[in-house]
Amino acid sequence: MSSLLSRQSRLSSAVEQLKYLEQPDFDLEKFSQKLTEYGLSPLRPTKLEIFQINLGKMCNQSCRHCHVDAGPDRKEMMTQETMQICIDLVQSHRFPIVDLTGGAPEMNPHFRWFVQELRRAGAHVIDRCNLTIILANSKYRELPSFFRDNQVEVISSLPHYSQGMTDRQRGSGVFDRSIRALKMLNDVGYGKEGTGLKLNLVYNPSGCFLPGHQASLEVEFKKRLKSDFDIDFSKLFCITNMPISRYLEYLIDSGNYESYMNTLVSAFNPAAIPGVMCRNTLSVGWDGALYDCDFNQMLEMRTHKKSPQHIKDFDLNALESRSIEIGQHCYGCTAGSGSSCGGETTLLANPGGSKGTLECPSLK
Amino acid sequence: MAESYYMDEDLKKFPKITEFQKAMGEKFFAWYGSVFEEGALTAREKSLIALAVSHAVQCPYCIDAYTQDTLQKGCNEEQMMEAVHVAAAIRGGASLVHGVQMMKKAKKLSM
Repeated sequence: MSSLLSRQSRLSSAVEQLKYLEQPDFDLEKFSQKLTEYGLSPLRPTKLEIFQINLGKMCNQSCRHCHVDAGPDRKEMMTQETMQICIDLVQSHRFPIVDLTGGAPEMNPHFRWFVQELRRAGAHVIDRCNLTIILANSKYRELPSFFRDNQVEVISSLPHYSQGMTDRQRGSGVFDRSIRALKMLNDVGYGKEGTGLKLNLVYNPSGCFLPGHQASLEVEFKKRLKSDFDIDFSKLFCITNMPISRYLEYLIDSGNYESYMNTLVSAFNPAAIPGVMCRNTLSVGWDGALYDCDFNQMLEMRTHKKSPQHIKDFDLNALESRSIEIGQHCYGCTAGSGSSCGGETTLLANPGGSKGTLECPSLK
Repeated sequence: MAESYYMDEDLKKFPKITEFQKAMGEKFFAWYGSVFEEGALTAREKSLIALAVSHAVQCPYCIDAYTQDTLQKGCNEEQMMEAVHVAAAIRGGASLVHGVQMMKKAKKLSM
């Protein structure tokens, strides 16, 4: 699997993706209508608590479902100058959480400096680590101790506790390397009780079905990873695959796009709305552009035109009173128990959920 | 005659069986919902049992529904196929175990 951009796929264009999402050749209720129906329109932010910063699109992996279209061929990287603006804002506004993502954020040459400065500025730092980066090159082998020394929370994708499903989604050999990396993180205390070092795993389905119940899956993952590999972790977050970028390509190529969108719509759960990430998170692109969430960022849907659209123009009051930009992809965050970067957004039952209505081959 | 007796899109019409018999249908769905809740068995274990039984009773709708449901509950293909083998073993065993009836009768009839 290579990036859509390197293959010159039409889906590498956000405009083309939005055509599929907003003008499908089948009937699909508009997300905006759903919000209006439940009295939730316009969607507004709560207090800004999380700065989610994309440090670049370069990644040592090329996962099949990647919504960033990241890969080794991507060259976009956040500059140290933009990072400094972020640090200054975190310091002056006392934002409690900074969530670093990519690509592989660790591949940005200023990554370690940035983390240390953010810690000095008083932020809790989360690194979305793909695990295999730790083994990709000798210069990354010390990442576990770097994370520990800076009290970084690590969140890592592991779509399954078995090799087959993980490798089909994330690439051949990824499962074995992920297990080795998890052991290295465990060895410095991550995921171990009493250390305070959080190691959270992310489950997302290896196919076109919704994630199951987070608590049940966590029990199963903990049992299997402990018995099979003696691995410990803190929590499991279930995230629904978003119908954008390479996952959108998979849905279209496998003939599952219409059925997946219908599944998301029929599983719409208004109780998931209050906890969606766009309400307390601001997403910063590698070039400093501002978005309501990471998914809007990849669809190049910037924050509302009447609010700041670049980190250089940051204005907290204007951003906290903006309307959040929405689209059909937002059904991905409101299906079933909801989905955010921290997993389920609600533990309430899914009132509109359906069972067994989707013919759905898993990723081959 | 329809092109196919079983149609994918018909599965989602299952709740509509109440149209012809409301009271019984509603009782069935309420009971069905309770059966699959977490209990002494986990919802995941129940889903695997349902997948196996779907194959034993050879219901295409049930096979579709519980293939998706087991995947959604985090099962992998190996676990799902083992469940199908359990169903097949019981079906095969159910035939074979009647061999003792045949043997008993044969021995009674033979010198």
